Amino acid sequence: MFSLKKYLEKTSYSEPLAVFRIGFGILMCYSIIRFWRKGWIETLYLDPIFHFSYYGFEWVKPLGEFTYILFIICFVSSLFITIGFKYRVSMILFFLSFTYIELMDKTTYLNHYYFISILSFLMCFLPLNSNFSLDNVINQKTYSKVPAWTIDSIKFLLCIVYFYAGLAKLNSDWLVEAMPLKIWLPSKFDLPLIGENLMQYEWVHYFMSWAGMFYDLLIPFLLLYKPTRIFAFLLVIFFHVFTKVLFPIGMFPFIMIVGALIFFDHKVHARLIAFLKNLFTGLKKSSDIKRIKNIENLKITNQKLVTQLLCVFFIFQLLIPFRYVIYPGELFWNEQGYRFSWRVMLKETVGYTTFKIVDKKSGKYFYINNEDFLTPFQEKQMSFQPDFILEYANYLGDYYKNKGHQNIQVFADSFVALNGRRSQRFVDKDFNLYGVKESFKNKEWILPLNDEIKGI
Amino acid sequence: MIKKYTCYFVIIFLIISCGGSESEVAEESNETAAYDRAEMLKHWADKIIIPSYNSFSSSLSALDGKTKTFVETPNQANLSELRTAWLNSYKAWQHVEMFDIGKAEEIFYKSKMNIYPVDKSWLENSVSTGNYGLDNANSYSSQGLPALDYLLNGLAASDNDIITKYTANNKYKNYLSAVVAKMISNTKLVVDDWSTYKASFVSSIANTSTSSANKLINDFIYYYEKGFRANKVGIPAGIFSGSPLPGNVEAFYKKDVSKTLLLEAMEGIIKFYNGTSFDGMSTGPSLKGYLSHLNTTKSGTSLSATVINKLETAKSKINQLPDNFVNQINTDNSKMLTTYDAIQSVVVLLKVDMLQAFNINVDYQDADGD
Repeated sequence: MFSLKKYLEKTSYSEPLAVFRIGFGILMCYSIIRFWRKGWIETLYLDPIFHFSYYGFEWVKPLGEFTYILFIICFVSSLFITIGFKYRVSMILFFLSFTYIELMDKTTYLNHYYFISILSFLMCFLPLNSNFSLDNVINQKTYSKVPAWTIDSIKFLLCIVYFYAGLAKLNSDWLVEAMPLKIWLPSKFDLPLIGENLMQYEWVHYFMSWAGMFYDLLIPFLLLYKPTRIFAFLLVIFFHVFTKVLFPIGMFPFIMIVGALIFFDHKVHARLIAFLKNLFTGLKKSSDIKRIKNIENLKITNQKLVTQLLCVFFIFQLLIPFRYVIYPGELFWNEQGYRFSWRVMLKETVGYTTFKIVDKKSGKYFYINNEDFLTPFQEKQMSFQPDFILEYANYLGDYYKNKGHQNIQVFADSFVALNGRRSQRFVDKDFNLYGVKESFKNKEWILPLNDEIKGI
Repeated sequence: MIKKYTCYFVIIFLIISCGGSESEVAEESNETAAYDRAEMLKHWADKIIIPSYNSFSSSLSALDGKTKTFVETPNQANLSELRTAWLNSYKAWQHVEMFDIGKAEEIFYKSKMNIYPVDKSWLENSVSTGNYGLDNANSYSSQGLPALDYLLNGLAASDNDIITKYTANNKYKNYLSAVVAKMISNTKLVVDDWSTYKASFVSSIANTSTSSANKLINDFIYYYEKGFRANKVGIPAGIFSGSPLPGNVEAFYKKDVSKTLLLEAMEGIIKFYNGTSFDGMSTGPSLKGYLSHLNTTKSGTSLSATVINKLETAKSKINQLPDNFVNQINTDNSKMLTTYDAIQSVVVLLKVDMLQAFNINVDYQDADGD
């Protein structure tokens, strides 16, 4: 019989947490440097004159020149996380700064950014500095064992990501039509060796659709089950390296590969740490280290409160991806409940949306040139996502109101193509969007998809 | 332990190589291969782009001759001949404006050749001061074909008065000559560059933001949306301003050739889409062919056919317009608006359906996906 009380008392060696912390910290440091060096702080956050906000977070905006400070905070905290210096404070700072950055403009929404945000939230409560950290030296204490749930909670989050990504693929477009891989793969004709042939074959599109689905659904179990673990990890490496070659998915593959290390036995991690210690022999020989007191078990302060909070957190994580069921219509089409649900590289949508500003009294109208307000990237994302269309329509209405226009109505002329279907009108062109407030309610001005996608 | 790892590697390797051998079977069964982009680029360069540039370039030589004659002897006959040469060049131009790539892109060629309406006060100021500064971005709207339109058709109400402007002193003569000379030298830069640029243009077949095919397809769509749809019809018809702006039609001072130019441009667009060679004698790989090859769409008429049907519909709408757009806008703008709608309906097909099929991004924002 599974007893929660007993489970919470169960302990586990702390090395996996240390390795995870170091891997996470290094990847985050690199991600931020990469982001900065590519000039994305400017192009994504400073250049645009308008930013798309998340519902409820309209107050989160880029901070002008101070945006750089935000990135510096994020970088320094990841550096501190890596070395395990003032871990708790650094982790909280990282979570706050990173999440703030992500909330500044939803144009840049990526599932893996969301993953980093919630993972770092979780990590705020976990003792990732219990072993092989600078905090050990400062406090003169190191812990060889931690509550098992601390490691398991990270594993659980990773399992959710994979399994839900797999569930999302259980639909007729993915499995029966091999969409969108049927569009994406042939366009990789420029890949060496496989581009001109393999990527062009229909059976490859089907094979990869089904293989991807099975991979996502099964990999959590293959990683959890000891006899298949090494095989699973090799699969993880192969799968993510392959997707990295195929698609511009940035740091995500590396994060998942390093993340999957947590499933390994503590002995593997202990060896990794020994290897790192050897690299920095100076540390090993330091007399400080020798005086560090080893404490067998780390106790989490307020364990009950923390575990209860994390339970709520995980229940949310399990439920949020299913919130789409309360909306009518096709999820892939109206995207109501699409984000925050591990629908990763799941569909291909292209849109084209222009806006008509009408004077209700005189009937006079004119069209907006989106280039005047949006960057090409913003325009692309706005064109097929209803909440973007609504927010932008209201921005335009306000903009012309401030310029002295009267009786303003804003209409969207919008066409979207989903997964190789022909484009069709997306928004009711006679529905005045100006003054319509964003909410969790169904957006009845989205026209239904002229087709049915079966599945979850 | 090591044995175990090796074992797994062997398994994975087997899986991969298994896929490889199956692919050979598939090749034998003659499955689809990737569309030959190299052939398409070669066809575009050899049969469409370079001949179009050559034709425009030789029209400019004729224009140059007529300009010199007129400047030497400004009279009615020479003015008429110069106007004809100008119109021929303007028509030839409609076939090159969309190829904003390579040298043309680098030197802002299309901005120097065809920004309208003309900045009259800037132009007049240049004429009177003698400081032209034609390489300066501020002067883009006072040179090129629209500037010639003004200089040949818009300086005064009657031809006699126009000619008087040229006989009174050398100022207009000098400016006219300078504008024509600049058009020729800019065009020479672009045309000459193609002789060396062609090799890299044709070999750049990847699916990246900087590859030739992706860039040119984006240029084509951009031209269709801006240079063609907005500039020639949408802006004058008041689509973006609320009230019509007849002063913004192409060749505003000549007035009765706006339709000719619009039709010519449509002709160029249809030919490029179909892969018809500049001389009209042959067809080759094209956007249309590429779309037919991919054929990812499920329903009804193929996308490649729908695009051409809608282009033809738009063309027939243009044909119903009178030569003089200014009159049409002022008397019955609705005809302009219906034409605009017909042109606009193709934008959706190009930007949404076609780009999805090609899996080309319309933006070149370098960002991660997920």
